Amino acid sequence: MIELHFPLLELAILAPLVGAILAHGAAPDRARRIALTASALSLTCGLVAWFDLASIRSFEAHDRWTLLSWLPGGDPLVIDELSAPLIPLASLQFLLVILATLRTKASRFSLTGALISEAVVIATLATREPWVLATLLTLGTIPPTLELIRRGQTPRVFVAHMGLFVLLLFSGLAIRQLAAAGSLPHGIGEAFVTLAVLIRCGGFPLHGWIPDLFQRASFGSSILFMTPLLGAYAALRLVLPDSPDWALRTIATVSMLTALYSAGLALVERDARRFYAHLLLSQASLVLLGMELATLLGMTGALCVWLSVGLAMSGFGLTLRCVESRVGRLALDRFNGLHDAVPTLAGLFLLTGLASIGFPGTIGFIALEILIEGAVHSAPAIGVMLLIATALNGIAVMRAYFRVFTGKVHSGTINLKASPPERVAVLILSLLILGGGIFPQPGVASREHAARALLEHRQSGAKAALPDRETTSTATINRTIFTPR
Amino acid sequence: MSWDTVLATAGLVVVIAPSLLVLAFCATALFTRQPSERLSARLTQAAVLAGLLASSLVLFGMLTTGNRNVIVELGEWVSLHPDETGEAYHFHLKFVFDRLSVPFVLLTFILVGTVGAFANNYLHREKGYGRFFALYSLFLLGMVTAILAGTVETLFLGWELVGLSSALLVAFFHDRTAPVQNGQRVWTVYRVADAAFLIAAIAMHQLVGGGDFAALTGEGAWPYAQASIAPGPALAIGLLLLIAAAGKSALFPFCEWLPRAMEGPTPSSAVFYGALSVHLGAYLLLRVSPLIQQSVPLAASIIALGAITAVYGAVVTRAQTDIKSALAFASLTQVGLITIEIGLGWQYLALIHILGHASFRTLQLLRAPSVLQDHQSLENALGGRLNAPKHRSDRSRLSRVLYRFAHRRGQLDGTMDRYLVTPLLSLFSGCQQLESRWLGWLAGPENGAPLDALPKTTAEASDLL
Repeated sequence: MIELHFPLLELAILAPLVGAILAHGAAPDRARRIALTASALSLTCGLVAWFDLASIRSFEAHDRWTLLSWLPGGDPLVIDELSAPLIPLASLQFLLVILATLRTKASRFSLTGALISEAVVIATLATREPWVLATLLTLGTIPPTLELIRRGQTPRVFVAHMGLFVLLLFSGLAIRQLAAAGSLPHGIGEAFVTLAVLIRCGGFPLHGWIPDLFQRASFGSSILFMTPLLGAYAALRLVLPDSPDWALRTIATVSMLTALYSAGLALVERDARRFYAHLLLSQASLVLLGMELATLLGMTGALCVWLSVGLAMSGFGLTLRCVESRVGRLALDRFNGLHDAVPTLAGLFLLTGLASIGFPGTIGFIALEILIEGAVHSAPAIGVMLLIATALNGIAVMRAYFRVFTGKVHSGTINLKASPPERVAVLILSLLILGGGIFPQPGVASREHAARALLEHRQSGAKAALPDRETTSTATINRTIFTPR
Repeated sequence: MSWDTVLATAGLVVVIAPSLLVLAFCATALFTRQPSERLSARLTQAAVLAGLLASSLVLFGMLTTGNRNVIVELGEWVSLHPDETGEAYHFHLKFVFDRLSVPFVLLTFILVGTVGAFANNYLHREKGYGRFFALYSLFLLGMVTAILAGTVETLFLGWELVGLSSALLVAFFHDRTAPVQNGQRVWTVYRVADAAFLIAAIAMHQLVGGGDFAALTGEGAWPYAQASIAPGPALAIGLLLLIAAAGKSALFPFCEWLPRAMEGPTPSSAVFYGALSVHLGAYLLLRVSPLIQQSVPLAASIIALGAITAVYGAVVTRAQTDIKSALAFASLTQVGLITIEIGLGWQYLALIHILGHASFRTLQLLRAPSVLQDHQSLENALGGRLNAPKHRSDRSRLSRVLYRFAHRRGQLDGTMDRYLVTPLLSLFSGCQQLESRWLGWLAGPENGAPLDALPKTTAEASDLL
């Protein structure tokens, strides 16, 4: 077993957990400092683990000293080329949200809850073992539920969807295991897992819980629950490796529909939070679509879009949250004219919004180009629909920008300018978005490598699942996914 | 030092100068407060001057050496290795200096430099001075990239930058609602055009295995290259590019965004919508002109679209009551004529027409704010009326119909709103209502939050977009 030089994954998970314990009950300022430190430590560990993995030139590695080897099935924590950038990305998302939380909003946004969520998210991203992954995904749904209850909002929509997700996921895994042992026919377990993944990803028509969550929970918690794209991660670990082609076809078709539908709803949405939820859903669906195309271009594009959506949509949400924390809930059916009151946030809103739709010069441009190219290779119609969804999202983003920041003179007398921590968050995100846009090759090359490995894994899985069939190459399998039969 | 090295270096400077200008504005926006007017003006002057001198040097080198097709290769910006089926992705940065791009890029630097100097005084102490020059730099980079692009991806990159800067400049006076709504409209039309462009680019990749224009239009210097592509695919790709060009150049039926774009400050109206941006679609058609010659139906479509636009512009401009709208529709007439020339295969004539029209229109638009004063000065000097209006009551029925048509600008936007935008928005609004009811039911009667009725009328839809 190849090991990292230090138990970095365990430290990345432990840091926010310890932080959560220390921050619980502490004074607001102290709790904030603890949360920032813990999150920064977690980010550092994630980054070091990524570089460590690159330095040992291995596709995957476990923690050194295997502190968790006593668990049934051995040490479940592993970092590979796929998850290596996702772990620090998730830590960064948590760090920036905590950093940009104003002191006045500390009572509404639970720092302890955020740190516990961070630990769960990082543990999820560092796990491939299906049962552990399913358990962590289930655990991840608890903090938002508790927050909804604490805020006096009904958790019914969220709980109904997540309950169904958990039920289908565990049933599917159990049936799949029984089918592997020959006790049950193949296919039922895969169908259950596929449906569970679609619910977690917000696939149409089971997506309603996402705008509902954004409307009822705190904006920060909602962003942190959605932007790590754990649904896509579950699809990658639980569906892609050994599921039949029909499962991939189903996910790709539903993702395409979701991308189009959500883009359309983002266009007519009147509430800023719900607009953000639809935009995020539309963009996140593109990640799932590319992955389930199961071609090299599609997969590479999807993994690149994953990073760009993670950064851009976090920044976009963060900006919207910063604006909301100053003027309250934003309506998009009127002009708010906030540009001159918060020029920095206006600039970041436009930058992150454009990055999310793949505008040139931002991190999303090349990612989306590769994804579209991959989609067209698999099925030209999908490529065209993807373009339509992106075009609609582009129109929606600019509409939101104009509605929030322009159209009238803001007449407030209170200084609304970004605070220093917010400016730092803005600067970090802008540099990452623009840096990734100007120098895309390293990121693309790393994602290409991961995509190749995942496809090879799928190929070996397909061969194992279909021993009586003639051996086919990955590309042949991939090409057949969208071929009518 | 050989001429090849000189040409390559000068070519690089042409591209790098506007890139550095954009980076400078980005850096100042990110790390410091807004740059002073003096600094903005100096940076802009330096970048434009460097670009102009370098492009002049390229022209001189081309005339001296007789090389009419100078290629500046920057290599692969992004590349993915092919898999077993040969699927690969390359974003090749390649810039071409030829008989088409060099005059166009020189025109760009001259007009942008002139208008920059004009804007420096015109917008002095204006609140959005810094924002104007930041967007101006983005526009310059977009134009130069699009004009010199040797691959369709590079052209798309520049094309998008031009689109963004244009839309934001239309909405420059963003304290008012009308400029913002017009900016949104321009952006929407551009997104439609961009989608068509991207589909064409992808089709091109599928067909010729890459985005290099040389693969599509044939090797050789413009305009003598011979496309080797079959007429059918040429028609398909050409029609998509025609939609893209129609969106960018405000050809029929996208004509109405051009007068809307005049809502921006006069310098941007002059250089973008009067001179450069409005010709970018025509430039795209010129760039792929060998492709047009491969397909008679494609050429016929281009001529027809150009003719409709020219007639439309000529009729509508006569009923406009403000000078900038009249100039906008007059520009459309000329762009329509240029499009006809391209369809007929008269590339040089079209190029000369673009150069002349862009320069003349820039001058007209820059003079537009003071035209009333000029008029009154002349009348005072003459002691009488100039062009006294003729009051005629015996106008023919056709004349009255045409007047009404021109006065309403053919109701192009209204028709598109009614038959395209409103049904689409109504569909999504209906879905939203259904979704809201479903979630309301799921959340329970006391927790549901049903949404208000959403816009369904054309006027509301138009406002929404």
